[in-house]
Amino acid sequence: MSAPESNTASSSGSGPEQEPGLDPGTAEELEQERAREATGPVGDAAVDTAGRLAKALHQTMSSPWTVSVGAVLLAIAAGSIMIAFTNDGVQEASAYFFARPLDTFVALGQAIGGAYSALFRGSVVNLQATDFVTAIRPLTETLSYATPLIAAGLGVALAFRAGLFNIGGQGQMLVAAAAAGWVGFGVSGVPFPLHLLMALVAGIAAGALWAGLAGLLKARTGAHEVIVTIMLNYVAFYLIAYLLATPGLLQAPGSSNPKTPPTPESAQLPPLLGDRFNLTWGFVLALLAVVGVWWLLNRSSAGFSFRAVGENPRAARVAGIDTGRATVSSMLVAGGLVGLAGASQVLGGVTTGFSSDIDAGIGFDAITVALLGGSSPWGVLAAGILFGAFKAGGTTMQAAEGVPSDIVLVVQSLIVLFIAAPPLIRAIFRLPDPNRRRAPKKKPKATRNRKEAAA
Amino acid sequence: MRLELRGITKRFGALVANDHIDLVVQPGEIHSLLGENGAGKSTLMNVLYGLYDADEGEILLDDVVQEFAGPGDAMAAGIGMVHQHFMLVPVFTVAENVMLGHEQTRGGGRLDLEAARAQVHEISARFGFHVDPDAVVEDLPVGVQQRVEIIKALSRNADVLVFDEPTAVLTPQETDELMAIMRQLRDEGSAIVFITHKLREVREVADRITVIRHGKVVGEALPTASDAELASLMVGRSVELRVHKDAPTLHDNGLKVRDLVVTSESGTVVVDNVTFEVRGGEVLVIAGVQGNGQTELTEALLGLEPDVSGSITLDGKELVGRSVRHILDEGVGFVPEDRTLDGLIGEFTIAENLMLDRSDGPPFVKGGALQLGYRDQFAEEKVAEFDVRTQGITTPVGRLSGGNQQKVVLARELSRDLRLFVAAQPTRGVDVGSIEFIHKRIVATRDAGVPVVVVSTELDEAVALADRIMVMYRGTVVGVVPADTPRDVLGLMMAGISPEEAKGRGEVA
Repeated sequence: MSAPESNTASSSGSGPEQEPGLDPGTAEELEQERAREATGPVGDAAVDTAGRLAKALHQTMSSPWTVSVGAVLLAIAAGSIMIAFTNDGVQEASAYFFARPLDTFVALGQAIGGAYSALFRGSVVNLQATDFVTAIRPLTETLSYATPLIAAGLGVALAFRAGLFNIGGQGQMLVAAAAAGWVGFGVSGVPFPLHLLMALVAGIAAGALWAGLAGLLKARTGAHEVIVTIMLNYVAFYLIAYLLATPGLLQAPGSSNPKTPPTPESAQLPPLLGDRFNLTWGFVLALLAVVGVWWLLNRSSAGFSFRAVGENPRAARVAGIDTGRATVSSMLVAGGLVGLAGASQVLGGVTTGFSSDIDAGIGFDAITVALLGGSSPWGVLAAGILFGAFKAGGTTMQAAEGVPSDIVLVVQSLIVLFIAAPPLIRAIFRLPDPNRRRAPKKKPKATRNRKEAAA
Repeated sequence: MRLELRGITKRFGALVANDHIDLVVQPGEIHSLLGENGAGKSTLMNVLYGLYDADEGEILLDDVVQEFAGPGDAMAAGIGMVHQHFMLVPVFTVAENVMLGHEQTRGGGRLDLEAARAQVHEISARFGFHVDPDAVVEDLPVGVQQRVEIIKALSRNADVLVFDEPTAVLTPQETDELMAIMRQLRDEGSAIVFITHKLREVREVADRITVIRHGKVVGEALPTASDAELASLMVGRSVELRVHKDAPTLHDNGLKVRDLVVTSESGTVVVDNVTFEVRGGEVLVIAGVQGNGQTELTEALLGLEPDVSGSITLDGKELVGRSVRHILDEGVGFVPEDRTLDGLIGEFTIAENLMLDRSDGPPFVKGGALQLGYRDQFAEEKVAEFDVRTQGITTPVGRLSGGNQQKVVLARELSRDLRLFVAAQPTRGVDVGSIEFIHKRIVATRDAGVPVVVVSTELDEAVALADRIMVMYRGTVVGVVPADTPRDVLGLMMAGISPEEAKGRGEVA
């Protein structure tokens, strides 16, 4: 009963040559395999430094973050092509490309470089500015645009983590804006901080209820939240449109436009950096929301049950977690966060009175932000600021370089498209797949076998 | 036909599933491939069958190197496979299934069903299968379906037959019949590869045994080797196969189930008027072939089944109609049948999974906040106590092997104050080394005075663990018998024959 020597002649074909598919992760995987087989109880002291480095590298390379960054880079590259095509200078120069090819490349460089530097100038720092305020103004604009995106993005991300696809950002924002706005201009005689607080609470509560309705329907009847939230978007949109067009409800008195009265100063979010900037305390609220959601998801009992239900509802149920309650409460919180976005619009962004386009597409952009941020609070913060920068810089890009701001939207959409296809990003950037070992698939026909057989 | 595998190596990324495996199967020989789950047996056979491409090595039939691009090539070369999960179309007849993939046609593309029927008749007669070619496959018992698979392979003139864990779905009697068929096939000159992890079957039917561990051939054995020898080869160390337990000390507390009826969502009665009792300090094993209502019965005990009538009382308290949370709080420990689906959250860490059923109150939660310090300390303790082999408590549980995953479930369920312990298929897909450990813990729980209910489809496990065995068949209780009841009687009971009649038949035989 002895183990036979199993090395045969066949090893000749695969001696020292590196296997082409070998990636940086293999060393670490082997490490793990070994550790799994190790007889030691906990941990494995034999993991050497090189192994740790390889492991860290592998984790970085296979993390969803790297995919997000790759998607952004790829989308910006694709955007360059769009900019080049739409640029007049490039079009002119390419007309005599074969006579003077250099002109085309110069024009290309000018168009693409100009566009992206305008994007930077409009969103981060204006280096052409003469005074400090003008110089850093773009950054504050970015944060200002980012405020509702972060809040609403958190709402979508939180629902994601609980296994729910919240498409209802638009509807939740609209009802939140209506509620906050109504408390803002409808209630009078309340002093500043209290009035603002009332309006904020009204907005958050309205958003929470609107989303909670979808959660309740899902938990009680099994109605799919995607359909319900989409339909609630329509309900909210047309309901607000009706309220805006009806005197005595949301419509400004004495006006025939479907628009509300302006938000009184006592209910406005005060400016964060003084009157010369548009940035309000709403951004601070968004930051607090980021920390709050992080705590909720990672440190609280409720968040634990949300994540458990999101990852494996069956196991959560067997472990005694009330999945229905988790569904409803996660949607309530998610709606409250989107409600914060809606309220911050009315109480900070657009205080001159609003109409039914107050959501400004943020409810849907929030889905993108949540996806790009990997549904983690810090990721949403980063993604929200990136999208805020696109919004702030897009205008400058159009004004200064004549690049259609639609191109920015194309870039945004491409980011999402690339994120939705992680294998594509991994293939382009040659990143390892974190799930590969768990689901081994049949590899493409290896040619080496044939060679061996022939030999 | 002589089958030879030479230096077969198959890698998935860095995982070497097969590491230079050599195997020779002579015609007229049953060669058993023995190894634990995940040892690489199935990968090897998928390489042989053309489903995977080997990274190295070659397959020879009668000393001719073969190139299989897919199962079609393998079949054409004379290799037939009887899969663990049957590859049959349930709504087709036997003849239709047999001809599937190599249909003979007459003029105008019409199927020649008559030829297929004749073939089924011919093969059935040769081996005494009694299979009706016109029967619809889904109406046939599992054992007969397996014969259809065999007929399918033989109808393509397979000289090399591979049986991949063929006995997993069979009753003991059906297993015996299958073994008789395998011997007959061998005597007619087929080369047979028999893949299994059940030692008894190997010793009964194999002519030669090759043991695989961690993707490598670790040894060869003759069927005269003892169970202990084979097990230690398989696991790599000596293994205690018997479960040591003293006579039960019965207590007055316990579980009483009266007239329990569970109706499935589709409206069929899956547990039919079941009444039994388990007292503190004893193990009741619910035996039976998979799918006879055991799963639903245990789920009803935990309050997971929505449509339940009758009564379940634990220490006098009624559990029917209570929430899962409430039942857990009453002190019920539950190891679900499918741990990856119902027992664990694969993406969660070991530490998180260990607190899964106590995520709403002390000691893991205070004032709505998770107590991370306590959680991690608890996890470290349990990982050590239950010998979970892992790099650390922050490892996602989905990355652990089956046995270690099951230890995590067990650690969680056994770390509360229990008044009832229910374990469904506690050792399914678990390596032999972990089985030993899990059995010991179950016996220790019983010895602590807790009533224990174990569901098992493995007769060996049932006999080893039980103080009493309750056999279920089609949702009803066939009988409750002592653990020392002869195997053949238990086998007959698993086919629905009452214990009295089964004993009678057993004596005649």
